[in-house]
Amino acid sequence: MKFPFPTPPSEAPRVVVTGAGIITALGVGWQANAEGFRAGRTAFRPVTLFDVSRHRVKTAAQVDLPALPPMHLNPRQLSRLDRASALLLLAAGEAWQQAGWERTDNLPVVLGTTSGGMLLGEDYFRQAVRTPRRHRRQPTRAFHYQAQTQGRMLLDALDISGPITITSNACASGTCAVGLAWELIRRGQAGRVFAGGYDVLSEMVFSGFDALQALSPTTCRPFDARRDGLAIGEGAAMLALETLESAQRRDAAILGEIIGYGTTIDLHHLTQPHPEGNAALETMSLACRSAQVTPADVDYINAHGTGTPLNDGAEAKAIARWAGERAATLPVSSTKASIGHLLGAAGAVESIICLMALRDQWLPPQTAFETPDPACNFPIVRKPRDARLNVALSNSFGFGGVNATLIFRRWA
Amino acid sequence: MSRILVSGLGAVSPAGWNLAAFRQAIEASHPLPIVPLARPGWDKPLRTRPVPPPATRPAFLAHPRLRRSSPITHYAASAALEALAGRDMPKRVGLIFCLQSGCVQYSYRFFEEALADPATASPLVFPETVFAAPASHVPLVETLIGDPACFLQGLALGADWLLQDRAEVCLVVGSEEINWLRADALWHLEHAAIISGGAGVVALGRDPALSIGVELSAITEALSFSARQDRPQAARAMRAELGAGVPGELLCDGLGDSPRADGPERTAWSDWTGPRLGLKRIFGEGLMAAAAWQCVAAADAVAAKRFPAAAVSLVGCNQQAIGARFVPFQCH
Repeated sequence: MKFPFPTPPSEAPRVVVTGAGIITALGVGWQANAEGFRAGRTAFRPVTLFDVSRHRVKTAAQVDLPALPPMHLNPRQLSRLDRASALLLLAAGEAWQQAGWERTDNLPVVLGTTSGGMLLGEDYFRQAVRTPRRHRRQPTRAFHYQAQTQGRMLLDALDISGPITITSNACASGTCAVGLAWELIRRGQAGRVFAGGYDVLSEMVFSGFDALQALSPTTCRPFDARRDGLAIGEGAAMLALETLESAQRRDAAILGEIIGYGTTIDLHHLTQPHPEGNAALETMSLACRSAQVTPADVDYINAHGTGTPLNDGAEAKAIARWAGERAATLPVSSTKASIGHLLGAAGAVESIICLMALRDQWLPPQTAFETPDPACNFPIVRKPRDARLNVALSNSFGFGGVNATLIFRRWA
Repeated sequence: MSRILVSGLGAVSPAGWNLAAFRQAIEASHPLPIVPLARPGWDKPLRTRPVPPPATRPAFLAHPRLRRSSPITHYAASAALEALAGRDMPKRVGLIFCLQSGCVQYSYRFFEEALADPATASPLVFPETVFAAPASHVPLVETLIGDPACFLQGLALGADWLLQDRAEVCLVVGSEEINWLRADALWHLEHAAIISGGAGVVALGRDPALSIGVELSAITEALSFSARQDRPQAARAMRAELGAGVPGELLCDGLGDSPRADGPERTAWSDWTGPRLGLKRIFGEGLMAAAAWQCVAAADAVAAKRFPAAAVSLVGCNQQAIGARFVPFQCH
């Protein structure tokens, strides 16, 4: 952001999505993921990226990483490509191609991640504490584990240039990245922004949630009365955002519109949400105000819904307080039951799931749900089904207390 | 009133836990003492400039949330409170927390425990490893990560929040801590660099009555390094975009003792004939904290009327080059 800023437009421009790229354990790309969700598939399997023999939980939504399509990286960059970069580039390549954007020298990129190139950091650690000491490849690891190098890899892979902003608001990072991008365009500071999130499955983070006993030893089933934890996943999603005027001028296919964003912080506890969902309620209300919609206008909520007793309880109360009577008929699901919690990528991936649902008029199901929690007074989408959707809302909440909500509208 | 003013400054550095100690070290202009830090498995210690222990335990550390928090949080909280001192606590505070390395002490400790035996790794430590942990408990917050030039992205975002009236005051924080693994990583990249820790805080506001007499005048575009624009080109573009300042302007540069890393920035400013201040020779390589110190020193120099303006040059290590300028603010 260059300061002083340009004068904001008298009327904020409408922001549409013209490209969306996604990779999760369900598959690579919009089509594979849409098919997976519409078929109600789950993507959990034994973790093979690192040794989990001594952990409580041994499964996660691990991605089968395919080879990268041809991009503008040189052989040296390709030899240094880490798993996080590969996930990001696969999503970015799809979104870029779909958007049909041309090469540019000033495209703002906004990324959300919690751990960037953590796998390289872990390798650095292992070698640093090993005796005898060896220095081989340590400088490369020290340089490339940082999230900004994945951002730079993205610029080079697409042969573009532009400012990179990286937000790390824990599990709300992906939503915050898309929200920041939306605000840049609305404030007249950019006409187009490339935004999204990514995170890999790493031993450090998996062990962390395992140590917290936050991972489900059975099945991740958000909002279920017998829920017992979350499931970790990995993946990435990128969205091409631009003004409606820009998209229409070049006759681009529009996947959907982003109409609202809100973010607040839960002044309560480092890892626990306020039990009444106070900040979640406020962030949904803020997003609705910016979107100029009411709960009655919202047709579907993609919940944060991690599957932990505390998160889902607080979010359920927040939805009930926010939606009032509408809650009784408002379809809600957590797609984390299919692909796990993607941490910094979650919000961006779930944004694309909302866009899929809006474009093709169906409700993403929550694959695991057995016993309704009496605290949840809204219907959980248990089976994939067609539905008339005009507005969808996506929640993300993170450690440190950041809450963020995005609201999408169908483009028709 | 669309001007963005500096309403407070704070610093925790290897010179001590306040701005006064920071100023004294700059005035003395002598490199602060180097403290050896043991590197497991190696006879040769690493060279560091750590933050000395506080003379007395700061009262704010009694806050329950700070009981288990990392040194990064302690440094940041101290510098933030200093930046807000002498005024009523504003109701709507925005916090933009900029980090490069993050909470390495807890990350190191947790991962070491997890590798030894994941069943006994401490669940209390893991949440403190998260980048967003130090910034929790403030009403409006954003955690940005990146190379040190990211601090100026934070200042720009803070200015944007103020202009949108989302906050009365925005605290932009850069903070880092030392442990041997982080020092080891820096050694691998730049043998001559001496790692340091601490925090710097610039409080931005719009109320002239609360200004320290300094205005944020400009921040350049974030000029990313890429195949289309390498680091030297980005540094030169930043210099060109910042433009010529007023005669006698101070340049707060980011040069240290590393010929290779400093090269692009040194070249970009090779024709600079005005006064300049290089903090890394005094305080060491504090990464994001060092970037914050540059801005604190620049704004402080303008506030004290020692210079008619001050430019900040930040050529980061692996992301971007960004420049900024602070000028005097006079309320008419």
